[in-house]
Amino acid sequence: MSVTQKAHSAQRNQEIPEATRLRLFKLQVEIRYCEKRAYDLFLQNLVKGTSHLALGQEAVAAGFAAAMNPDDYTFCTYRGHHHTLARGAPMLSVLGELMGRQCGLMKGKGGSMHLTSVAHGVMGSYAIVGAHLPIAAGAAWSAQYRGTKQVACAFFGDGATNIGAFHEALNLAAVWKLPVVFCCENNMYMEYTPISAVTAVKHPAADRAASYGLERQVIDGNDADVVYSAARDAFAKARSGGGPSLIECLTYRHSGHSRADPAKYRPKEELEEWLKRDPVTLYRNRLLASGVAEGTLAKIESEAMTKLDQATEAAKASPTPSLESAMSDVWADGGNAWRN
Amino acid sequence: MAQLSYRDAVAAAIAQEMRRDERVVLFGEDTAAAGGVFKTTVGLFEEFGPRRVKDTPISELAILGAAMGAAMTGLRPVAEIMFSDFLACCWDYVANEIAKTRYMSDGQISIPLVIRTANGAGSRFGAQHSQSVENWAMAIPGLKVVAPSTPADAKGLLAAAIRDPDPVVFFEHKSLLANKAEVPEGEHVEPLGKAKVLREGKDITVIALAAMVPRALKAAETLAAEHGISATVMDLRSLVPLDAKTLLAESARTGRVFTVEENPRLCGWGAEIASVIQEEIFGALKGPIVRITTPHVPLPAADQLEDAVVPSVARIVAEVRRGLDSRRAA
Repeated sequence: MSVTQKAHSAQRNQEIPEATRLRLFKLQVEIRYCEKRAYDLFLQNLVKGTSHLALGQEAVAAGFAAAMNPDDYTFCTYRGHHHTLARGAPMLSVLGELMGRQCGLMKGKGGSMHLTSVAHGVMGSYAIVGAHLPIAAGAAWSAQYRGTKQVACAFFGDGATNIGAFHEALNLAAVWKLPVVFCCENNMYMEYTPISAVTAVKHPAADRAASYGLERQVIDGNDADVVYSAARDAFAKARSGGGPSLIECLTYRHSGHSRADPAKYRPKEELEEWLKRDPVTLYRNRLLASGVAEGTLAKIESEAMTKLDQATEAAKASPTPSLESAMSDVWADGGNAWRN
Repeated sequence: MAQLSYRDAVAAAIAQEMRRDERVVLFGEDTAAAGGVFKTTVGLFEEFGPRRVKDTPISELAILGAAMGAAMTGLRPVAEIMFSDFLACCWDYVANEIAKTRYMSDGQISIPLVIRTANGAGSRFGAQHSQSVENWAMAIPGLKVVAPSTPADAKGLLAAAIRDPDPVVFFEHKSLLANKAEVPEGEHVEPLGKAKVLREGKDITVIALAAMVPRALKAAETLAAEHGISATVMDLRSLVPLDAKTLLAESARTGRVFTVEENPRLCGWGAEIASVIQEEIFGALKGPIVRITTPHVPLPAADQLEDAVVPSVARIVAEVRRGLDSRRAA
């Protein structure tokens, strides 16, 4: 991997307070555990439909979420479990939604690809590639209009950079100087195809930044400190009226595109190389090296596992949604009537 | 009562709502200083300024995406898609995002916005700038679909659409824009989902929408004067919500129903109307429901050709007479 520009130096990372760094670790651990559990539940046929895991991409979610204010807006893709959890949505509600239970975030009406928790600033997960970038720009415009200092953040994969909505959103955001941060999680594959095979430039997001008058930013997406620092800067810029940012985070998904994909198209050496750079392990080792006690980290891990086990059992015990709910909430009055 | 054109009534509705609600914003291609390519937003930029009345790039995805993002976070956007044909460019937002997000989020997210768009034939613009696509929108759960036929309704229904808590696709008919008629002065809001009976007759019920309404009225005059046929003419005004009560009552009263639709034949709105009628008041019908539509062809550009395919007054008269004759013959 090459981190060509906007290097966030180790010295800069030192500025991150320990409480924040422990939070970054905790978020990554919780996401890692919860995503693995989602996979297990799928194997047990308790998670139906599809799911797109973010194993390996935890540092992006943790770094951004830790840099956001509680009232900032997150817009994510169908690969959005990690961002939803990172903003504070309970594991029970996330797993419950994956399992189609009453306790789910949307009571089973959205599913894995549409996780939404407005109470946590998660304004939806969008399953049409690129669609949410203009929507995030609109939310940013609304924040700007209302003068709330809120920032909208859209997370998307490398594949989204070749769809029109990406370009339309960036242009509008730049022209209207909107408080929005566009975060590309470049995990090197658009579904099953290497992004390099189908993109005219090397860095699918960053190399397009200049077209919209934006700074070219490529960062190590597996380093939560680097991600946090870049996100913090971008949010500060947006909040102070400086307009949009586009950040390309280099990362890697440890599993396939979706549950149906064994990811055989990836060279073994490539996978091994990236597994060595597992963001959770990397961060744990760094915290240890910086003097955080093993016991502190082990406690975070055991608490995360306990929380997850409790959430899993509660989700399994949760009833399925009432069948009437299939007919509700088409309209603001809660109903579905199209005629009198 | 003031005399206003349909296009001025559109601007008047937006101005009325922008004055009463700071959350209402307007944007689209050339909607600000230019006043819209159809001059339906003239004066708004001058009155409300660049913060609330904005020009966008030619980016239909960005227009509707931004409208949705703004609507779900507290604004009440009025977004213009210049020609309804261009809805095809941003159909993902119409069909997948704006229409479904309330449902998918289990009611967490509200999307109170209006998509205004110029619909319909009459301008000789050809197949990509003349379509009537209200039936596209009608097919998507989660969208309200409104198409006024008069200046008064353009103002009143658009005001109601802007106040509505759900997404509304608002079709402004290009061939009606210059029509002038009386519009109530002061605040004017017409509830969505109420059809309007414009003429009472005893022999047949003609159900029409948008530009087909004045044609149906003229046809009714001819049918009465020259053929002794007394027609009820009903303006549906909104397809969703659908005023089924009124259309069923008016259909049952005469037992002979004709729809006049500008959309192409297959899955046009009249097909759904006919389905509702035959399912619920079959016993009251004295003959088959007849759909008078644009045939299932793309719209041609030449004036003679366009006029030949879109239902005209003469064709409405002829098809009604044929429909009634075939009943007599049978």
